Amino acid sequence: MSAASQDVATRNGIFARALIYAVLILFAVYYLLPLYVMVVNSLKPLDEIRQGNMLALPQQWTIAPWLSAWSTAQIGVSPTGLKPYFLNSVMMVVPAVALSTILGALNGYVLTKWRFKGDNIVFGLMLLACFIPFQIVLIPSARILGLTGLAGTITGLVLIHAIYGLGFTTLFFRNYYEAFPTELVRAAQIDGASFFQIFRRILLPSSGPIIVVTVIWQFTNIWNDFLFGSSFSGFNSIPLTVALNNLVNSSTGVKEYNVHFAGAILAALPTLIVYIVSGRYFVRGLMAGAVKG
Amino acid sequence: MADLTTTAPRAVTNPRATLQDLLPKIVLAPSFALILIFVYGFIVFTAFLSFSGSKLLPDFSTWVGLNNYVRLFNHPNWITALKNLAIFSVLYIVICSFIGLALAIFLDQKIRGEGVLRPIYLYPMALSFIVTGVAWKWFLDPGIGLEHVMQSWGWESFSFRWIKEGQMAIYTIVIAAVWQSSGFVMAMFLAGLRGVDNEIIKAAQIDGASTLTIYRRIIIPLMRPVFLSAFVVLAHLAIKSYDLVVAMTDGGPGTATWTPALFMQKFTFGRNEMGMGAASAIIMMMMIFAIIVPYLYSELGGKKK
Amino acid sequence: MSFLKISNLYKNYGQVEILKDINIEIDKGGFLVLVGPSGCGKSTLLNTIAGLEPITSGEISINGNSVAGLHPSKRDIAMVFQSYALYPNMTVAGNIAFGMEIRGVPKDERDKAIKQVSDILQIGHLLDRKPSQLSGGQRQRVAMGRALVRNPQVFLFDEPLSNLDAKLRVDMRTEIKRLHQRMKTTIVYVTHDQIEAMTLASKIAVLKDGTLQQFGTPAEIYNSPANMFVADFMGSPAMNLLTARLENGEGGLNVMLERPGEKPLALPIKNANGVLGGYSGKEIIFGVRPEALTDPDGADRNARSIAEGECLIEVVEPAGSDTFAVTKLGGKEVVARLRADAAIHAGQKTKLAFNLDKAVFFDPKSQLRIA
Repeated sequence: MSAASQDVATRNGIFARALIYAVLILFAVYYLLPLYVMVVNSLKPLDEIRQGNMLALPQQWTIAPWLSAWSTAQIGVSPTGLKPYFLNSVMMVVPAVALSTILGALNGYVLTKWRFKGDNIVFGLMLLACFIPFQIVLIPSARILGLTGLAGTITGLVLIHAIYGLGFTTLFFRNYYEAFPTELVRAAQIDGASFFQIFRRILLPSSGPIIVVTVIWQFTNIWNDFLFGSSFSGFNSIPLTVALNNLVNSSTGVKEYNVHFAGAILAALPTLIVYIVSGRYFVRGLMAGAVKG
Repeated sequence: MADLTTTAPRAVTNPRATLQDLLPKIVLAPSFALILIFVYGFIVFTAFLSFSGSKLLPDFSTWVGLNNYVRLFNHPNWITALKNLAIFSVLYIVICSFIGLALAIFLDQKIRGEGVLRPIYLYPMALSFIVTGVAWKWFLDPGIGLEHVMQSWGWESFSFRWIKEGQMAIYTIVIAAVWQSSGFVMAMFLAGLRGVDNEIIKAAQIDGASTLTIYRRIIIPLMRPVFLSAFVVLAHLAIKSYDLVVAMTDGGPGTATWTPALFMQKFTFGRNEMGMGAASAIIMMMMIFAIIVPYLYSELGGKKK
Repeated sequence: MSFLKISNLYKNYGQVEILKDINIEIDKGGFLVLVGPSGCGKSTLLNTIAGLEPITSGEISINGNSVAGLHPSKRDIAMVFQSYALYPNMTVAGNIAFGMEIRGVPKDERDKAIKQVSDILQIGHLLDRKPSQLSGGQRQRVAMGRALVRNPQVFLFDEPLSNLDAKLRVDMRTEIKRLHQRMKTTIVYVTHDQIEAMTLASKIAVLKDGTLQQFGTPAEIYNSPANMFVADFMGSPAMNLLTARLENGEGGLNVMLERPGEKPLALPIKNANGVLGGYSGKEIIFGVRPEALTDPDGADRNARSIAEGECLIEVVEPAGSDTFAVTKLGGKEVVARLRADAAIHAGQKTKLAFNLDKAVFFDPKSQLRIA
């Protein structure tokens, strides 16, 4: 290869790399833009948004929209802010995540280490349950919650979320325990350990990563849920996403965009923090939930 | 040498069904029962409803046969919803796949700052569709959003009011949905690219293939399983799309952005047409199962080999 | 009275028969090796003895007591696994003591037992480590320690050496043998490596496709294989199995072996028995181990029946202690084992001595040994 053509090649290479960086940065801007808009405008007075420029930094910084979104904004009929709904969400998410994760771990343990005839059919049915459109269970679920007196309660929402999360949690743990050496279970059997002793002493201590993945997955899904929340919550159990939607889409009164943005960030904050703190596990959960059947 | 005693009966070691033996099944049973009732039982329940004349409440006293389905497919709102689903899912899947693959390939070029860029592309996946909807609803709002910004920067004639236009509103939902999911597709492709055997690429380089050729002829064809997974995930998300539409347009303007999921909700709980709502849910499930079941079958079947 | 007795054992997975009519018994203190190619059912058989897998029919008894339906922990056995199966979250000491802990043995007794076992296996300095911090050989020792500490009636070993490198494997093999000689506990040992089987066993059971091919002492298995499978499987390099004809000629019965481009090689059998005589004029399979096919100078001087024949050497493989020569007889490649310093090279014709005392003959149809 002559020196001249090599020169052209490197120049082309530099040009191509510059192009690649330009595209990558452009997309970073695209992904960051909505977040930027939300943050910046949640710190402006309302007038500045209406008259000014959404992309501009605040001329007059204020945290009033945040305070309003948290504790005084009009949501539905009462000016309570998002605080009580945030607490509703917490009270709904924590038990639902715990319940579905524990059951999923036990199911995965049984389905891989205590196999029985027809276990594949059981697993197949649980797996398929992950993918149903929840619209198909809305009417009967409402009916069951009504019959059991759980309609409109946080307990009812916890149950619904735990049950419809079971498919995924079982899938996660099953796939993880599938790779867990069965010889360890056999060794423990010979050592005389019981069903639960084997689970607690042998499998559980090695399950850290999959527990983190499952908890993050369930936490994100349940925290972000809107469908069940809007269908089954009552006056005292409305979760944050539903409250946020009510705040933003209420047809009465002045549209307080800055309060809406502050509220949206409040609603996004817990899952964003989880994502920032443990992004690796978050991505692994996404992949496990999406790619592998 | 073995002194086989013919009198000894063949001791069939049938382990006594002690509690310990049954324990695994006892542990699994509640979960399985819940799934059977709350998923499969409820599907049957909804299927029955779809053949009944239920209005405000489940009502199994009147049977209407396929009437709900006939009415459904003659209803303009359902037709709109199906059209929107077609537009939305095709654009959503194609654009997400394209952006996802492009970003993944670009990121795979030993990019400095990959550790910063990757999480930026992916964080929208951690957000609720409601939050995404709020952000894009106001950003695309002509009164305060993009149009307003452009005009205030001096581009007086700039007009972007798709979200208010019946013909175009569905595309704004595509924009927001792509924003939320494309980073995730990128992560799937990136994992796929990183999984390609380096020796294959080295062999192609020795054969004199250019980078472009290597991608076009070798690597992208190897990504077929990722394309398939991405398609299944995105199609499944598209058919279920509900939250984002509610937050951005609530189906408006008019009924311009109705989707099947929105239709089901509005008809069942808003218009007291439970029979039709159930029928629409059944159709949605059939659409999803048509995609998921063959996929799961091939995934599980393939693993056994 | 045999100590471990397996009678008429069958095991099915659904329609598939994994083990068919297995009958094995071994005395107290014996070393039973189950050997066979992968998928022959040897590990399944071991698992049924351990109680880790149920059997379909038949009986297993240990020390005269049937173990039917007994939980693995109640059979008074200990097992060493192929992957060692060390609990990754526990220390070495914790691994060794786990079984005692489950049974509620007090702490000071546990510590005493750990001390005793770690002294025997020289792993005292490893007790506080986690399995991930150990080398393969150390893990192997810990796994044996966990078995030893139970002081069981029977030790079960499932391919315990297959994850070690070649040198360590030989060392550990010796160590297991030494341990057995010292403890005198009954051992059942699964392996696919026929050298391990030969060196360790007091009795070998050769399995194939779920059926017992032959059960006997290592010498019986090696010298008088029951069928062509056992003959081929045991021994390295493998026994030469050649298609030949038996013909009555001068000096009694002759083994006729085809040679390329020459008239067949005739090997007279001096001490042929009556059964073999019945095959006169018929095709048989002639089996001769490489060490029974040597250069005439290196032939066994005590052998009663030695026949010599000219063979064309195709390949020569010096292996240090021996030299292997490949020739072609009866349409197949034949390996001969010569002295290390045998002056021989490829393409040369040379005389080879067949030790017919050590030769075996098989029926080509049934594949069973006839003499």
